[in-house]
Formats: sequence, structure tokens, C-alpha cells
Amino acid sequence: MAGHNDEFQRLEGKIFTKSFFILLALTLIGFYLIAVRYIKGIGVVSNMSDGYPWGIWITYDVATGTAIACGGYAMAILIYIRNRMHYHSMIRSAILTSMFGYGLAGFSVMVDLGRPWNAYNFFIPSKWQANSAMFEVALCVMAYSTVLMIEFLPAILTTLEKTRGERLQKVIKWVSPRLVPDEIRLQAGLERVRSAASWLRPRLDKVLIFIIVLGITLPTMHQSSLGSLLLIASTKLHPLWHTGFLPLLFLINCVYIGYSIAILESIISSYNFKRPFETKELAGLAGLIPWLTAIWLTVVIGDLAWRGQIGAALRLDFYSGFFLLEFLLVAGGSCMLFSRNLRNSVRWLFVSAAMIVLGGALYRFNVYLIGFNPGQGWRYFPSLAEFLITAGIIAFEILGYQVLVKIFPVLPTLGGHGGHGKKGKPEPVQDVAPVSVPGGVLGK
Amino acid sequence: MKKQSRRDFFKLLGVTGAGALFYGSRAEASDRLRVNDEELSMLYDATKCVGCKACMAVCKRVNGDYGDLSYEHAKFDADSLWDSPSDLSGNTRTLIKLFKESDSRWSYIKYSCMHCQKPSCVSVCPVSAMTKDKVSGIVDYNKNTCIGCRYCQVACAFNIPRFQWDKTIPQIVKCDLCKNTNLRQKGIPACAETCPTGAISFGKRKDLLQEAKKRLQEHPDKYVYHVYGEQEVGGSNHLYLSAMPFDKLGLPVLKPEPPAEFSEKIQHTIYKGFIAPVALYSTLCFIAVKNLKKQGNGHDADDSTQHEEDK
Repeated sequence: MAGHNDEFQRLEGKIFTKSFFILLALTLIGFYLIAVRYIKGIGVVSNMSDGYPWGIWITYDVATGTAIACGGYAMAILIYIRNRMHYHSMIRSAILTSMFGYGLAGFSVMVDLGRPWNAYNFFIPSKWQANSAMFEVALCVMAYSTVLMIEFLPAILTTLEKTRGERLQKVIKWVSPRLVPDEIRLQAGLERVRSAASWLRPRLDKVLIFIIVLGITLPTMHQSSLGSLLLIASTKLHPLWHTGFLPLLFLINCVYIGYSIAILESIISSYNFKRPFETKELAGLAGLIPWLTAIWLTVVIGDLAWRGQIGAALRLDFYSGFFLLEFLLVAGGSCMLFSRNLRNSVRWLFVSAAMIVLGGALYRFNVYLIGFNPGQGWRYFPSLAEFLITAGIIAFEILGYQVLVKIFPVLPTLGGHGGHGKKGKPEPVQDVAPVSVPGGVLGK
Repeated sequence: MKKQSRRDFFKLLGVTGAGALFYGSRAEASDRLRVNDEELSMLYDATKCVGCKACMAVCKRVNGDYGDLSYEHAKFDADSLWDSPSDLSGNTRTLIKLFKESDSRWSYIKYSCMHCQKPSCVSVCPVSAMTKDKVSGIVDYNKNTCIGCRYCQVACAFNIPRFQWDKTIPQIVKCDLCKNTNLRQKGIPACAETCPTGAISFGKRKDLLQEAKKRLQEHPDKYVYHVYGEQEVGGSNHLYLSAMPFDKLGLPVLKPEPPAEFSEKIQHTIYKGFIAPVALYSTLCFIAVKNLKKQGNGHDADDSTQHEEDK
């Protein structure tokens, strides 16, 4: 991110599209149900029970959602640690989706918590409880969300530096024409914003790398701790999944999900926004995934063999079915990616990455929900309202992504990094390429 | 070039994985659980219980206001005369159930918090809302710190903590041995004080354990030869005697190792002294800064070799 601002551009286009309103509708339904939950209690909207105290809000929004949001983490490892700077053009959109993914998790936690007003206790040292994996996850996730926002700041600052305040003026005019300030005051105000932004940005660039590395350390910690959360449920979690290796498995799992999701995101947004596919970057990225999944699958099998649970995995009952499904999705997708030809085809990239994301996500569902059995008589399947709340929050997230890529320079600059477009290139637009600015010490 | 990069990659994987892999190595001797037999304890003898449910009634009467417990009415009870909970719940801390195998073989059973020696709920609570008193051994809940994450419910092997699903301001509900009510005023939990048949005894763990074993010895034909809670999950302060197998009565078969010990061992090894995270951060910083410096010197030439590398 440091100093590479000319790699990114804003996506031109209308903000209020059809999909905008569909997503908005979903968001509003979800938020209405969230309001009901706060007024009448969690039991009114959800099917959770004392046996299944964690439903899909924790399983999907937190445990799986943050893994899917690991695109930023995985890309940062690749770019800054493995020194593959030519992937740099993909990082902003990865960070933006990570930001929304973690935002989704944080938001859902606030919906899920029974007594969220007590959450300030996380900041009171006398209440700290280092034995609890949850404590570690909570602090790390909060810290990481902050880090993600700082990582995204350069995009905002670049925009602020060049802003002429037209959009703002339009919004104010829409609210009430009387509020529109006179031209001179407006220009003076904007000038202040611009100079503040251009003061801050080079300074931020200098320290950004330390923030970025923090953004690699924190997910390493909390993604493994998401696995540790279930270590204590030794009597409830099925032996196929309950193992001391849970933290390691969750960690590797989130990295390969991260790379796969970065591929999916890139393909989907290229398709959706009618931009050329970044096939070369994606193929290179895809080459890494099978190595990670191979390690992961080896640990899974080795651990099962060591604990003598291979038989349980092949019993073809309910649990073994879900285990095999998860296993085959990940293994199948990885096998495809070993082939160079398939890696270079957008279609097959999409299919294999999707399989790996599904398999990896199913693993997390298996650990948190499907393989979790609190004893006789307990049953859980999420209620419609529970689904709708999750759908509402996801819709809100996609909505935010769609709007922000149109306001801030997030997506890679066209033509700059070897896109082989199948779609027609969009109209050349003004105000696209941000001026190249002198980077900080660490920039180019 | 490719080999080089792959080696770097595995090196990195080693760094990130090392912390997690590290765990299996050893258990600290100081972490070992010692059972404290001086703690307050309760012994429920199912063979003496007549199912009058006086303990349930008095529990709710005594703790109703302090513990935010309401009465639960059955559907057929249009006048709302009776409290008829069907299970432990956000309104019910203790419950008597009848297990009936046949007309001649049946048993009552009382559910309430086991007050474990090494409680999972205390181990997992992120904000120390669940605490275990060092002297009395009472596992207590503080609603003023609880964030309502329900991790205690996930962790408890006995499914004891219950959540108030239907309340706007919910809390966790579980037995605290009347710590702030009857025990403080009269020195005995309400259920033990009220029980008309002596099915509930209250005292120090060592005395009750001795008493339980005495009963087993005197009437070996009457009981299943096992004091439930003596060994389970590292020992609990709520002990059980019964004529029926305990798992039939809803008390799960559990190993003597506390689950909390297993999870804490792994968590402590990874985060011991916060060394691993700090080491990880500094290593990564070193690599990243070095990479960026490399990038800074002759950016263009470097960039092209980078492209070569992955081909």
C-alpha cells in the first residue's frame, strides 16, 4: 500500500443501481428484525437454545465470515512477506472486503451478545481472563478491524486530496438547499481538508508497513484462536473434529480460504463491473493454494489416524457424510489447481476456488454446528428471521463495497497490470488515474 | 527462482505454524489440578428423594428477586397457579425430574450446578463474569460483567448455565448455592434446608464424600457403586448417589480429566508470556521492511524480475 497510489482507480458509474435497491431492501428487513431482537429478546427471532447457544450468527458471521474475510490477510502475507509486489494491485479490494467481513463479524457479535452494554469489560484489565480463547479472539478482532481501517486510509486520503466537494454539495442540496454554504467558505473548508489529507498521507506511508505487519500478526493469532474456542467442548464436539490441532487447522484453513476468496472476488468484480480479468495474477495466486491445502489435509488425516478415528470418518453416517463432503471439496478443488492449464482458465479457476471456499467454510460449520452435539433432546436449525438477519448484514456489506469502490480508488488501474479483458473496456473517464505522488521512505 | 520462493514460503509457514504446533510438548506440573476437599458441597441421594419438589419451590422463592427468576406456567394451567418448568431454564436453577424405566424401576433426579473443582465456565468466560470462590468453591455468576456471549453454555459438559432467551435484558441463570441469599442468612442453601427426607445434604466436600461412601458400604445392594461427581471432569462439589445408572438419569458419562485443563494447556503454550506473538511480529516486520527496501532500490528492474519469478 505504501506509496503505490497510482495503481488504483475509482470505478466510475452510478451509485443507485438496481442491485443497490435490492440489497437495500434486504438490509432494511434484516435491520428491522435486529430491532425486534433488541426489544423482545434473542429467543423471539432465533432458534438457539441452551443446548445450542451458538447459532449461525456465530458459526457463519463470525467463524466463517472472518475466514472469508481473510483475503486481506492472505494477500498481505503474499505481497509484503513473500515479496510479490506485482500482486499489489489486488490488495485494496482485498482489504476493503476484509474490512467489511470483519465489520460483519463485529456487528453480528453485537446482535448475538445478550448483554452487549457490558462489552466495555474487555478494556478493564481486572476483568481480563487470559485462559479464555474468546478473550483473545475479541481483543484481536477489535484490534485487527482498526488496523484494516488504517490500511484503507490511503485510499480515502487520496480522494480527499483531490476532492472538489461536488458530491457533498449535491447531498447537502438534496437535504435542504438552504444549508448549502457560500462558495468561498466551501472552498476554504475544502482547502483545509485537502491540506490535512496531504499532510497526513506521506506520514502514514512511512509507518504503514508496521501497521500492515500488525495486520498479518493479528489474524494469525485470532484465526487460530477461533479453533481454540471449541477445544473445551471435548464432550460435545464429535471426535472427527475435536482435536488439539484445532488452532493449527483453523489457521491454515483461513489462509487458503483467503487466497481462494481473493480469486473469486477478483473474478466476480471483474465480471460484475465489466472489467478485464486479472488472469495472470490469479493463476499465480492459485498455484499457492494446493500446497496449503495439502498441508492441511495431511494434518487432518494424520491426526485422525493418530487418534484412531479413521473408521469414524468412513462410517458413512451423518457426521462422516459431512466430514467427507468437506474433505472432498477441499481435496477436489486443490487437485484441479495443480494443473497449470486449468489454473489459466478463468472458468476452472472460479470452480476450483469456489470448491475450496465451500469446503473450507463447511469445515468451520462442522466444528461449530454440525459436529456439535450437546446431548439428547437438543435440536437446532436456524429460523427464517435468523437467516434474514444474517442476509441483511451481508447485503449491507456488499452494498458498502459497491458504493465505496465508486467513491474511493480501490480497484486496480486498468491496463496497468496485464488484464486480458474479454469484456469491452469501459468508457475512458476523466479523473481516473490519481496523480502519482512522492511516496514515503518505504514507497517506491 | 521458484525453489527459492517456495522455501521462503515454507519458512514463513513454519513461523506462523510454530506457535500452534508447539503445544503438544508438555504440561506444567504447577497446572495440575488439586482437589480441594474443604470446599462447600452438596450430596443428593436419589434413593431418598420422594419428588415433592419442595427444593424447587423454595429455590425460586428465595432466589427469585436476586436471580431474576419468574414462574413458568403450563399451557393447561389457565389460572397460572403453578410453577411448572419442564427443564432447567432462564427461570429455573434447580429441577427434579422423574426417570421411569418400568412401574417398579424408577428414580427421581435433581439437576443444578455441579460446582466443579475445575469449572469450564470459569475457564472460558472472557470477562471473568463466572468466578470460583477460592475458599467456598462456589461457582458464581456476576450479571454486571457478563456480556452474554454464552460461551459458558458451550463449555459446560452438564449443560447447566441457562440463558434468558425471551428477555430484553437477559442473563445467565445457574445455582450459586444461595451464596447471596439463604447461605448468607442461614448458612445453608435453601434446597438442603427444606428437603423433608434428607435427600439433600450440605457440608464440606470431604465429609459428604465420606458419608456417601459409608452409605455405599452399608447398602451395596441399594446403590450403583459409584459416587457421581467424585471423579467426573476432575471432581465436582455436587455429589450424587443413585440406584439407577447415572447416564440414564441425564448425568453424562465423563472422563476424570477436566476439559478446561486440556484447552488451557494449549492456549497457555501458544501465548506463554506473549513471547510467540511478539516474536512473530518482529520476524515479520524484519522480513517486510527488508522486502520494501529491496523494492526501493531500483524498483523497475526489481519489478521485472518479480514477474519472472512466478513464471
